[in-house]
Amino acid sequence: MIGLNSYLILGAVLFAISIAGIFLNRKNVVVLLMCIELMLLAANINFVAFSYYLNDLAGQVFVFFILTVAASEAAIGLAILVVLFRNRHSIDVEQLNEMKG
Amino acid sequence: MSFTDFIFLAFSAMLIASALAVITARNPVHSALFLVLCFFASSALWLLLEAEFLAIALVLVYVGAVMVLFLFIVMMLDINLVQIREGFVRYLPIGAFFALCLVGIMVWVVGDFGARIFDTPELQQAVQHGADYSNTKALGRVLYTDYVLPFEVAAVILLVAIIAAITLTMRRREQTKYQTPGKQIRVKREDRLRIVKMDSVPGEPKS
Repeated sequence: MIGLNSYLILGAVLFAISIAGIFLNRKNVVVLLMCIELMLLAANINFVAFSYYLNDLAGQVFVFFILTVAASEAAIGLAILVVLFRNRHSIDVEQLNEMKG
Repeated sequence: MSFTDFIFLAFSAMLIASALAVITARNPVHSALFLVLCFFASSALWLLLEAEFLAIALVLVYVGAVMVLFLFIVMMLDINLVQIREGFVRYLPIGAFFALCLVGIMVWVVGDFGARIFDTPELQQAVQHGADYSNTKALGRVLYTDYVLPFEVAAVILLVAIIAAITLTMRRREQTKYQTPGKQIRVKREDRLRIVKMDSVPGEPKS
């Protein structure tokens, strides 16, 4: 029987996979951005599932806004990545130490 | 097992498998393509949840725009594939450990602890809408009335993203010659034209 729990567990598993992806792909900022997209997708699955099972459209409106913010985040992140590659010729996270943070 | 259960299981298995492939693929292009598959599978799941507008918006916005952007960037950057795989094995145990911990806690919360909250009959059986129910219409009605201010703010966010992305990636090359339209418009006759008075026959004095 597929209920709300199944969708929530699916979202949890997807979120955990993307957390593991952030740990694994420390050298590649492109895949890090993809993992962030996966995390947002997991959150969106939860929103849509709650919206369906509670019969409330507010969850779907929230997913709409999350999609908007995620699209602009991806655009700006990739623009930063292009500038970074132009200056450093590398997309390694560990070499980003110019600001001594 | 009903047919919708089968659909859910098939597409969630596809979603999890392709998500695993995203984070373990050797080539970033393959990661991006597996992410496209992820979005397709979750879009099918959203169709199952009767969120038709968002399902097609996910395909159009993500697969059509964001993932194409990702693929452009991945193919444009000249990435050293050997170098970016360094540390993968080193971080594999800690990554898997954190992921398993997270899954364990979340499944415990949602499955065991949350069963008391979510197992009410009205939450397990959602309202079935008729065939004449339009998800897009209902969503639009809510979006343009109750959420009209956040909708406008979302538009401004997209505008900010456009301007930020363009200004970040624009660069002026030194070799290239540019026109300055302001200077072109502001030019006067005295800047360009010089009238020289001279005799028609050289050496002969004026009468």
